Amino acid sequence: MRSEKPNYLRSIFAHIVLIVLSFMCLFFFYILFINATRSHADLQKGFSALPGNYLFKNLQNVANDGTFPMFRGILNSLVVSGCSAAICTYFSSLTAYGLYAYNFKLRKIAFTFIMAILVMPTQVTAMGFLRLVTNMGMYDSLLPLIIPSIASPAVFYFMYSYMQSSLPLSLVEAARIDGSGEFRTFNRIVLPIMKPAIAVQAIFTFVGSWNNYFVPALVIQSKDKMTVPILIATLRGADYMNFDMGKIYTMILVAIVPIILVYLFLSKYIIAGVTLGGVKE
Amino acid sequence: MKTKRKKIDYSKWGYLFILPFFLCFFIFSFIPLADTIRYSFFEYYRSGIKEIGPNFIGMENYASLLQSDMLKYAGNTLVLWMIGFIPQIVIALMLAQWFVDSRLKIHGTQFFKVVIYLPNLIMASAFAMLFFTMFSTNGPVNAILSSMGLISQPVDFLGSVFGTRSLVGFMNFLMWFGNTTIMLMAAIMGISPDIFEASELDGCNSMQRFFHITLPLIRPILAYTLITSIIGGLQMFDVPQILTNGQGSPDRTSMTLIMFLNSHLKSKNYGMAGALSVYLFIVSGILCFIVYRITNDDDADGSKAAARKAKRKRRK
Repeated sequence: MRSEKPNYLRSIFAHIVLIVLSFMCLFFFYILFINATRSHADLQKGFSALPGNYLFKNLQNVANDGTFPMFRGILNSLVVSGCSAAICTYFSSLTAYGLYAYNFKLRKIAFTFIMAILVMPTQVTAMGFLRLVTNMGMYDSLLPLIIPSIASPAVFYFMYSYMQSSLPLSLVEAARIDGSGEFRTFNRIVLPIMKPAIAVQAIFTFVGSWNNYFVPALVIQSKDKMTVPILIATLRGADYMNFDMGKIYTMILVAIVPIILVYLFLSKYIIAGVTLGGVKE
Repeated sequence: MKTKRKKIDYSKWGYLFILPFFLCFFIFSFIPLADTIRYSFFEYYRSGIKEIGPNFIGMENYASLLQSDMLKYAGNTLVLWMIGFIPQIVIALMLAQWFVDSRLKIHGTQFFKVVIYLPNLIMASAFAMLFFTMFSTNGPVNAILSSMGLISQPVDFLGSVFGTRSLVGFMNFLMWFGNTTIMLMAAIMGISPDIFEASELDGCNSMQRFFHITLPLIRPILAYTLITSIIGGLQMFDVPQILTNGQGSPDRTSMTLIMFLNSHLKSKNYGMAGALSVYLFIVSGILCFIVYRITNDDDADGSKAAARKAKRKRRK
């Protein structure tokens, strides 16, 4: 075939580019891991490509550091991200079902409205949000990081699209004939059908909330309520040169390892989910 | 003949089910937005422990923002976004094209996809902190470069405008190119194989196929990627904030708009923060409208028109 030879060359070229890019993606995490396994004195001597045996000691140092309560931070982050993921997916499904299965006067307007605010940045309302939270007495608490995720237009849109493709309305009709109440139909019949969509969006919401820095940094004040990104930021703001470098690398490591672990197990679903939603988060 | 039973009206359930969303939106987004807009017309800040205002001053906050460094920060944001976006879209288009091209026989497609998407999930603030330690004058990158004999003395990456901006752009590139690749891949796979087969028969080479068939047909997704990326770029905060410790150093050349907003919020300068938010709201409102058009209208994105154009071009 005429185009056989150029394809062969192109294939080699494509593989080289892909390997270089993958190297770029992994190289920094490799350095992070290596450096987290070495002691401060060791790190001062220069870079080594092989891991040391100091990881456990570094972890202990991180755990015992009262100025940067990293493990407390991880716990806070887990609570915030877990709750956000749960209520965000539940209420987004509920909203999507309300607009999908029922015909009412304001339906079109409500749908158009949600689509219009689909990609609106939260930062533009940050100032009013901060004042509102303060007035409601929720300043320096984890609640304002969780509750607003009830209204997530992007997750709603994903759920709505999923319903259009996989939830036949005849099923809802059948449940009605069998005497199931509307709310019960949603919880017992619709939610189980939505499981794959909920799983994908729960992961994305969890990750987004885990990594969120802007809003928590405004709302959280006291050390024992800080989430992981704020702790990392205070680490950057502290007098950095006097620090045990091994400990710093270990802190960064514990901040990102939970997500990497989740990703390694669920990468197939996550990557499939990126295109399903078609919405960047 | 039986009388038709009156149909039960279920619409109240619809309202009930969408109520939590709208209630939550109203409380946590709408009220804050109204409050933000209101205070943008007030002189309201804190100097020391004394609170000044709120006094109504009309558009003064807007005017003084225009005279301040806001436009410079908008320029910074644009530059930082472009440094990340241009390589991102070029590489993503290239990779997406390769992944779907079965004749290239890419081995380990799934592995590469997993790896290039990984940085997108990493906490941006931790990633920035990692880059800060690695690219500091006594960090591992300088150590590696000098042990390879490439440099004689440590390079101060974060001390120069070029170094800091490149690092921010590079990090944004790393974090987003995998995501964009996967999106574009889905778009290319959505094109009917018939079109590609027909082009093959007509003797189209891979370059022609890419520029005259693939590119016009994925235009809606490209536009969507572009606009959402601009919105993301407008919100750029975590990476430059942590990398430069909120200073936007050197000499505030990497200060973004949201970092500016954040510093106003931290110093409780509510009037200015409000006015700045309104500027951002207007810009993002326009961008949102474009996204709305792309995702909703039948042919507003020009996909059908593009398909027609592609056909016409092919016929020539």
